Amino acid sequence: MSAIVLNGVRKSFGANEVLRGIDLTIEPGEVVCVIGPSGSGKSTLLRCVNLLETPTAGTVHVGGVDVTDPDCDIDAVRRRIGMVFQQFNLFGHLSVRDNLTIAQRRVLGRSKASAVEVARANLARVGLSEKAGAYPAQLSGGQQQRVAIARALSMDPELMLFDEPTSALDPELVGEVLAVMRGLADEGMTMLVVTHEMAFAREVSSRVVFLDGGVVAEQGPPAQIFGAPKEARTAAFLKRVLEPTHVDL
Amino acid sequence: MKLKRRQRQRLGRVAGYVAFAAIILVAAFAADWGQLHDAFFRWDIATSMFPDAVTVALRNTVIYTLLAFVFGLVLGLILALMRRSSVAPYRWFARAYIELFRGLPALLVLFMVGYGIPIAFPNREIPGGVYGSVTIGLGVTAAAYMAETIRAGIQAVPKGQWEAARSLGMSHTRAMVSIVLPQAFRIVIPPLTNEIILLTKDTSLAYVLGVTAGTIELTKFAGDALNTKVNPTPLVVAGLLYLAITLPLSQLVRWFERRAERAA
Repeated sequence: MSAIVLNGVRKSFGANEVLRGIDLTIEPGEVVCVIGPSGSGKSTLLRCVNLLETPTAGTVHVGGVDVTDPDCDIDAVRRRIGMVFQQFNLFGHLSVRDNLTIAQRRVLGRSKASAVEVARANLARVGLSEKAGAYPAQLSGGQQQRVAIARALSMDPELMLFDEPTSALDPELVGEVLAVMRGLADEGMTMLVVTHEMAFAREVSSRVVFLDGGVVAEQGPPAQIFGAPKEARTAAFLKRVLEPTHVDL
Repeated sequence: MKLKRRQRQRLGRVAGYVAFAAIILVAAFAADWGQLHDAFFRWDIATSMFPDAVTVALRNTVIYTLLAFVFGLVLGLILALMRRSSVAPYRWFARAYIELFRGLPALLVLFMVGYGIPIAFPNREIPGGVYGSVTIGLGVTAAAYMAETIRAGIQAVPKGQWEAARSLGMSHTRAMVSIVLPQAFRIVIPPLTNEIILLTKDTSLAYVLGVTAGTIELTKFAGDALNTKVNPTPLVVAGLLYLAITLPLSQLVRWFERRAERAA
């Protein structure tokens, strides 16, 4: 069964149609990077998967469950989907440990001891074991994002959504977050990643989806998208982002 | 003679100081200090008010304040949640309640509770006697103000906190209780502390409910003493006791605000 199936998904904000009919299927174990110009609907597409945005038309299936069905228990589906945000969105009033345990305890009903044990394992996984007692405001952006990933992992998700996870980070902190994501991909986690990190898309993803004007303009293995794009607009976009603006001194 | 801009400014400032000092001095000389002392600062009268001023009157003032605050806080929280509800009649009710009680004088509401309810429900009594009446009478008004404060606090919690909580599978209610409200309350601690200060002063209205020797609060206590001693010194004592509560509280508000600024 496919991990995610989007079928004719459309989304409008007022008169502005951001998604204009998206068909996309993601299989378990795939690492799919969504790239494209700003305003092309990448984040909206991602947010339609766990229904943070409700599609105006079309259907979204996650693990076989139609989340666009009004009778769907969306909370139950979201438990199985890890989400990582551009702005981290750690719970500021809770310590790192409590950020990782609160949903395990309140949503999954795990005991305190087992939730803490899972939290400990996931903090170790992102290399932040010593920060369990710290509060989010005491951490760097890169550390906060790694905690956010550990928080999502603590729910034992079947798939992970990343919404521009490194876009709010200082350049020198991007690497540590990408390293954690690369580790997850190597372990076989199903991942849908909206990103501007072309090197990550090229090296880590199994498939690259190029979104332009609210539709999937082109998709394929990274070697094809980055090496020999079929569409002129894909080539134009990649040229813009990959070739640094030349400045005469 | 032409003055430079700087000199003109300095001259203006000096003139301001002189005028201010002159007004203070004139007031000080015009006052009859001996008479003032006899009226407001009679030590024997002041000491005769203790210990009851503290053990009964101040104690009751604090009890009324805390009861009304807790009652108002709970009701205010419910109203704030109703105000944000997706159920339209809840929103309308909360809106109407808040507009109504923010627009009515606290004294009128106290009269309503103290005299209106017993007439409307002749066979029922408000539990707790005067304590219950004051709690409800002051609490229903305080709730209207606190509801708006709490609502603003909830709205000040970033949308990303909701999204993160919901993405982890939390229901709307769970996200509100575990994630949003704890952060909202941190935001509204300073304004809520201000509300305690206002309530402390509003307890002086409790006398209209016919408080007795056991339920008397500071203002009525001082008023009675004023009548028996025919001297206003008790009013000064009561005022100082009010300040003993309200000044530390306003210091506390300032401390909360400074801490919030540092955290931001």
